[in-house]
Amino acid sequence: MDFSNRYIVGFALALCLVCSLAVSSTAVALKDRQEANKKLDMQTQILRVAGLLEADASPTAEEAEAMFADVETLLIDTKTGDVIGPAEDIDPGPVIKAAKNSSVSTETTSTFAKGARLGRIPNELKVMKITSPGNECYVFLIWGNGLWSTMYGYIALEPDLQTVKGITFYEHGETPGLGGEIDNPRWKERWNGKLVYNSAGEPALNVTKGGMAKDANHDVDGISGATITSVAVGYTVQTWLGEEGFGAFIKKEAK
Amino acid sequence: MDKETKEVLLGPIHFQNPITLHVLGICSALAVTTKLETALVMSAALTFVLVGSNVVISLLRNKIPGSIRVITQLAIIASLVIVADQVMKAYLFGVSKQLSVFVGLIITNCIVMGRAEAFAMANPPFKSFLDGLGNSMGYAAILIIVAGLRELLGSGKLLGYELMPTITNGGWYNPNGLMVLSPGAFFIIGLIIWVQRSASKGLQEESN
Amino acid sequence: MELLNLFLKSLFIENMALAFFLGMCSFLAVSKKVDTALGLGVAVVFVLAITTPLNNLIHKYLLQKGALVWLLGEDALTIDLSFLNFIAFIATIAAAVQIVEMAIDKYSPALYGALGVFLPLIAVNCAILGGSLLMVQREYNTVESTVFGVGAGVGFALAIVALAAIREKMKYSNVPGGLRGLGITFITTGLMAMGFTIFGGIQL
Repeated sequence: MDFSNRYIVGFALALCLVCSLAVSSTAVALKDRQEANKKLDMQTQILRVAGLLEADASPTAEEAEAMFADVETLLIDTKTGDVIGPAEDIDPGPVIKAAKNSSVSTETTSTFAKGARLGRIPNELKVMKITSPGNECYVFLIWGNGLWSTMYGYIALEPDLQTVKGITFYEHGETPGLGGEIDNPRWKERWNGKLVYNSAGEPALNVTKGGMAKDANHDVDGISGATITSVAVGYTVQTWLGEEGFGAFIKKEAK
Repeated sequence: MDKETKEVLLGPIHFQNPITLHVLGICSALAVTTKLETALVMSAALTFVLVGSNVVISLLRNKIPGSIRVITQLAIIASLVIVADQVMKAYLFGVSKQLSVFVGLIITNCIVMGRAEAFAMANPPFKSFLDGLGNSMGYAAILIIVAGLRELLGSGKLLGYELMPTITNGGWYNPNGLMVLSPGAFFIIGLIIWVQRSASKGLQEESN
Repeated sequence: MELLNLFLKSLFIENMALAFFLGMCSFLAVSKKVDTALGLGVAVVFVLAITTPLNNLIHKYLLQKGALVWLLGEDALTIDLSFLNFIAFIATIAAAVQIVEMAIDKYSPALYGALGVFLPLIAVNCAILGGSLLMVQREYNTVESTVFGVGAGVGFALAIVALAAIREKMKYSNVPGGLRGLGITFITTGLMAMGFTIFGGIQL
C-alpha cells in the first residue's frame, strides 16, 4: 500500500497526540495515589523499626499518619550535632543524593567507612525522634555497600542512645537466601539490646563471622554463609553511629 | 470453538510456546521468577500489554504506513506499558518495587514486538486478540512453573506461605541457594525444554 | 578509581547477560558462530555507549522532576515528566540506531558490512533499554553513565562471544534429543552465569 508523505506525517502526529493523551491522563489521574503509596511505604518502614508496628503489619494511610503525630523529624548538622530545625519530610532520597554532591557532603576517612565503602556523608542529616509514650526512640537512616549492592535501612536506638531497639533494611540486592537474610526477622532480633558504644564512648558494635560472637553486649552473630554482607552491615552501622555520622548528635542529645 | 480459533488460542501454550520454542521474551522470564507473586503480576502486565497492542495494531493494520511501521508499533506498545506501570505503582506498590525496571522492559519484550509484526499486522482484531491471549498464556505458563519451582526449592515458600520451614527459621528444610540465583533459572528452563521436547519429539532440533 | 570500579562492576559482577538476563533473546539466538556473535557484541557496545549518556542528558534536562527549571524558570520546579522515560528512551534508542546505521553506511562500508544486519535488531534489544533504565534507577551522572554504558556493552560482548565459542565446540558432542539446540544452550548459559558469580564482592 502506498501512502502520501502528507498522510504519513499526519498519521505520525495523530498517533503522538493519542498516545500522549492516554499516557498523560493516566499519569495525572494516578499521581496522588502513587505519592500516597510512596509516603506510606516510607512511614511504614520507620514505624516498624521503631517497634510501633509489628514486622509484617501494613497500616492504612490514616493509621500511619495518626502514628506519625508522635514523630518529630529533625534536621541536624552532622559535624556539630546541633539541631538546625525540623526537616521538611522523611524522604531519604534527598539525603542519599546529597552524599554524591561534594559541595554538601564530607569525605570519610575512617576504617569503618572504608569497610562499608561509604565515600561521602552529607553535611546535614535527618533524625526521626519518636515521642510516642512507652515507645520513645530515635530512628536513623543508614546505608552502606554489602557484597553486591548498596543496602539502605534504618536503625532505632532507645532513648539512652546506647542500646539498639531495632534494625531494618528496606532496599538491598544481596544474594537471596544468604546475604538477603539481613531481612530475616530472626537475624534482626539478634541486634536488639546490643550496646553501640564501649565505656570510652567509641563505636564498639561488631558483627562477627557466623557463630563467632563472644561479647554478649557488643557482638552480633553474623549470618553463616554471608560473612561479607554481615560484616559490611557492621561497618555500616559503625560508620553512621560514629563521629562521621550521627556521633556528634548522639553525644549532645544523650547529655 | 472451531479448530482454527482453538489453534490460535491454545497453540502457543505447548507447540508454539513463545519462550521455549521461539526464544522470545526470555529476559523477563528469567529475571522476575525468584518469587511466584512477581511472576504472576508480570504475567498479568504482559497479558494487558500484549492483548492491547495486538488489538490496536490489528485495528490500524491497513492504516499504518510501512515506512514508519516499527516506530508506530513501539509507540503504541510503550504507551500501553507506561499505563500498566502507572497503574501498578498506584495499586500494587510493593510488587512494582520488586519488578523495578522489568516492567519498562516489556517494551522490548520480543513477544510483544514479535506478535505485532508477525500476527497483528496481517489478521483481524478478534483473531489478534485470541493470539495475544494465547501467547500470554504460554508465557505465563512457563513463568509460573519456573517461579513456583524457584520459590519452593529456593526458600521453601509459595506465594510467601511457608510450605517447607527452612533451617534459618527453625524448620528442617535446607534451601537450595542455587535456585534463587540466576543460574538456577537457566537450568530450570533448560530442563523444561528437555521435558517438553522429549514428550513431543516433533519439536526437537536436528543439531546443536 | 571509582570510575574504573564502576567499569569493572558493570563488566563482570553485574554482567548484562549473565547476571541481569538482559538482551537474552539475541544472546541465545545469535550465538551459533563466533563471527556473528562478535559482530553483534561490537554493535551493542557501540549503541550502549551512545544511548546511555544521551538518555542520561534527556532525563536530566527534560524529564526529571524539576528538570525544566533551566528552560522555564522556578515555576517548573514541580513538573515531573519522568513517566515519559520509557517512551522517550525507546524513541531515542530507535533514532540513535537509525542514525548510527546511516552514518556507518556512508563513512565506513566495511564496518557496515560487519555490523549492518545487527543494528536494526538492537533497537529492540532489552540490554540497550535496560542500560538506560538502570542508569536512571541508580542515579548515575553523565560521565558515570558513559562508563556504565561501555562497561555493560563490553560485558555483553564478552559473554556472547564466550557462549558462541562453547557452542561451536558443542557441535561435536552427542546431546540427548530433547536438549539439542536451545535446551543445552540454556544449561551452558546457566553454567557460565555460575562462573560469573565468583566475581561478586571484588572491589578495587
